Amino acid sequence: MEIGCGSGYVITSLALLLGKEDSGAYYIATDINPHAVRVTCETLVAHGCHAEVVNTDIASGLEKRLSRSVDVMVVNPPYVPTPEEEVGRHGIASAWAGGENGRSVIDKILPVADRLLSDKGWLYLVTLTTNNPLELCLQMRKKGYASRIILQRSTEEESLHVLKFWRDLDTLLEANECMALNKTENGLATESTPFSPFSIWKHGKRNFD
Amino acid sequence: MRLLTHNMLSSNIKGVTNGFPLRIEVEKVVEKEVDFNVDFLRNMFAKIEWKALAEASRTMGYSELPDDAESSMLDSDEFLRKFHHALLELHLEEGALVCPETGRKFPVNKGIPNMLLHEDEV
Repeated sequence: MEIGCGSGYVITSLALLLGKEDSGAYYIATDINPHAVRVTCETLVAHGCHAEVVNTDIASGLEKRLSRSVDVMVVNPPYVPTPEEEVGRHGIASAWAGGENGRSVIDKILPVADRLLSDKGWLYLVTLTTNNPLELCLQMRKKGYASRIILQRSTEEESLHVLKFWRDLDTLLEANECMALNKTENGLATESTPFSPFSIWKHGKRNFD
Repeated sequence: MRLLTHNMLSSNIKGVTNGFPLRIEVEKVVEKEVDFNVDFLRNMFAKIEWKALAEASRTMGYSELPDDAESSMLDSDEFLRKFHHALLELHLEEGALVCPETGRKFPVNKGIPNMLLHEDEV
């Protein structure tokens, strides 16, 4: 599944990479922009691929039935820091406008990804350094996800990372322990988790890209 | 839009509790041949709401699916062929998906369902 498919380049590449549908995959691509979803269809057809394309906000309308069912999710979100009012429903700005620190849309997508990903699901997310990828990893860790930066590229204009997230039992247990600890220490649950990037990378090494 | 996708969509309007299945209004159906893959069908069977699929395929003009299905039927090649055809080969090209609770129509154009909500529906 791709959220925010834009030109369709990514979902088409994924379909080509994983094999066309006789491989047993069901591809879904969503975008909020009606022009983008049409172009995505054209890109898919031009490469002899098929994905089901839905014009919607993130995964609205799909969340109930696809809950815990998505094995691979790819997201190249609108990550560019912009004034909050540019984060909109209409027009081409929705392709880049990410609001404060470029995080407005990313912060909406991650809880949806958490609901949709299957137990063995993988999420790949493109971020900009300004989006604070480390903080995103820590946030997802509280929900039981291990993470890893699998790719880093810099151009003159931007420094990009591709983050990979997956559910990890140890991370989940750790997160639960942390919650329990906070509860006993403070008398109530807090959102804070001790800062320890090391354990993210420790878990990360166990997996392949 | 394949009926597989119809089976995964529900009405997302604020306050709607029973948004599934969306009723289909057909303007144009297209059939596209898809490679037959038994493993895919077996995997998908567990995730499909059968009654919604059977009803949707009837609306699309294909009445070969039984009203009820159970996993033992997956041993029948005839059943699998029908399931395959309904799930993957029937496309709603033009029409609408209708919220069962509010009657709100979500248009489907060029095979793409538009699930975008108006501001007062979010």
